[in-house]
Amino acid sequence: MSIAAHFKLAYPGFALDVDLDLPGRGVTALFGQSGSGKTTLLRCIAGLERGVGHLSVNGECWQDGDTFQPTHRRPLGYVFQEANLFAHLTVQGNLDYGMRRTTSADFPRHTAIIEMLGIGHLLERKPERLSGGERQRVAIARALLTEPRLLLMDEPLAALDLARKNEILPYLERLRDELEIPVFYVSHAPDEVARLADHIVVMDAGRAVAQGPLAETLARTDLPIRLGEDAGVVFAGTVLERDPQWHLARVGFDGGELWVRDGGAPVGHAVRLRILARDVSIAHSHHDDASIMNLLPATVVEQAGEDHPALALVRLRVGNTSLLARLTRRSAHALALAPGQQVWAQIKAVALIG
Amino acid sequence: MLSSVNLASDLGAVWLTFKLATVVTLLLLLIGTPIAWWLARTRSWWKGPVGAVVALPIVLPPTVLGFYLLLLMGPNGVIGQFTLWAGIGLLPFTFGGLVVASVFYSMPFVVQPIQNAFEAMGDKPMEAAATLRASPLDAFFTVAVPLAKPGFLTAAILGFAHTVGEFGVVLMIGGNIPDKTRVVSVQIYDHVEALEYGQAHWLAGGMVVFSFLVLLALYTLNPTGRRK
Repeated sequence: MSIAAHFKLAYPGFALDVDLDLPGRGVTALFGQSGSGKTTLLRCIAGLERGVGHLSVNGECWQDGDTFQPTHRRPLGYVFQEANLFAHLTVQGNLDYGMRRTTSADFPRHTAIIEMLGIGHLLERKPERLSGGERQRVAIARALLTEPRLLLMDEPLAALDLARKNEILPYLERLRDELEIPVFYVSHAPDEVARLADHIVVMDAGRAVAQGPLAETLARTDLPIRLGEDAGVVFAGTVLERDPQWHLARVGFDGGELWVRDGGAPVGHAVRLRILARDVSIAHSHHDDASIMNLLPATVVEQAGEDHPALALVRLRVGNTSLLARLTRRSAHALALAPGQQVWAQIKAVALIG
Repeated sequence: MLSSVNLASDLGAVWLTFKLATVVTLLLLLIGTPIAWWLARTRSWWKGPVGAVVALPIVLPPTVLGFYLLLLMGPNGVIGQFTLWAGIGLLPFTFGGLVVASVFYSMPFVVQPIQNAFEAMGDKPMEAAATLRASPLDAFFTVAVPLAKPGFLTAAILGFAHTVGEFGVVLMIGGNIPDKTRVVSVQIYDHVEALEYGQAHWLAGGMVVFSFLVLLALYTLNPTGRRK
């Protein structure tokens, strides 16, 4: 089960050239700055843009040489950046539009989708009477109701403010956990990617500069240059204990345990943890007289330069989990860091996401 | 006695005008919609020239348009030879001739509002329809046309009203044959020439009221997107 996408497309001042082999399930983030070609790639996959190349989705050929399935013959769902609902139809009319044109009539599933996105009470409204977040939820439901075999989402949160974003993210997480089809999710927001993606493709100037499983790819020291302030790692953990007195939760992961702010997840629940490189510092000895709560024994793996000449990025291993630490080059020099060295990672902040 | 003859011929002119405007409007919606769609979506070099030709009747004196249409529809003209070949006969001084001439004359008033509506709509709705499995033709009728409805309404009203109001082209092509080509505007001209001001008044006044009602309908049915 995989998706092979190979496209070349040139505009004045921009050229897309990618050759990707992506997993046929889970959420794949197409991540990059604006202008990096991620939306163009998504549009090529949808057939809205015609690049030269080939595309096969889980064994089905959608484009190859002269073969080009037009968009309306591709079993995909597409969620546009600004919902793009039909203004002349009600929410119900919008949902019916795609449903009528796909063959099956699996009603329990339809109501499940409407329920999952919480839009049951909006069905009679016109799109102009919906909030931005509601519109986007209707657009997602509309796409899912065609029972696509691939869901494409083009920055579905980019046009929304923070409150609306936080309103939709839980729905997207449910989608990720409950959907069995592959999802391609275009985004330039590292926090969305960290929360939702299983797999990441990093785009830059029309090319895919890196791709791989999320945790592994984020821990690479040669990429964070492109992530800047947001360089950091994401990994999975399990809630082991909740401390009601201090509102903290003890989370175990492959390599140790961390105390984090209690996000409400029950004991035994799987969670994602995100640690930014700027929140990790390195010490030779164990200091328990500081405010830092999470101290982990770690091994230095490698060191790389950052985009600013004063900074260095150090990759550490804690058990089987990678961490990134951002230091000044002077500190790195003073600590005389070398691969294989045992150090203490001092972690100032851990975000519990999803 | 004279006034009842006049009334009959006035009513004949009104009926003929109404019939002409209706036929022309329907034909123009059929012909103008694909042209408007093409003009709104094409990136072809031909967009400029075609758009200019469609818009010509806005700036040309109707007599110029009428003159050339007369030549084209005459026995030596392209249209004339086609109609002779097709066994229809020659179009000048017939109702059919008026219809053809009016279609050209009112074309921009139908094409442009529809084109503007399609352009304002953009590519996005059509793309959304395609991702929901609608073929281009399906999407055209179920998405583009309903979304451009205000444009179609404006186009129909303007096309109809403009055809009702034409004078120069009618005179050049149709002449002044009662119940065949004598429309209201020509009838008014005849009344004035004959110093029948009373007759001219009720037709002319009728036109003023009609035009006002048409424009009122246009502005109330089509609040120019300033809805809150």
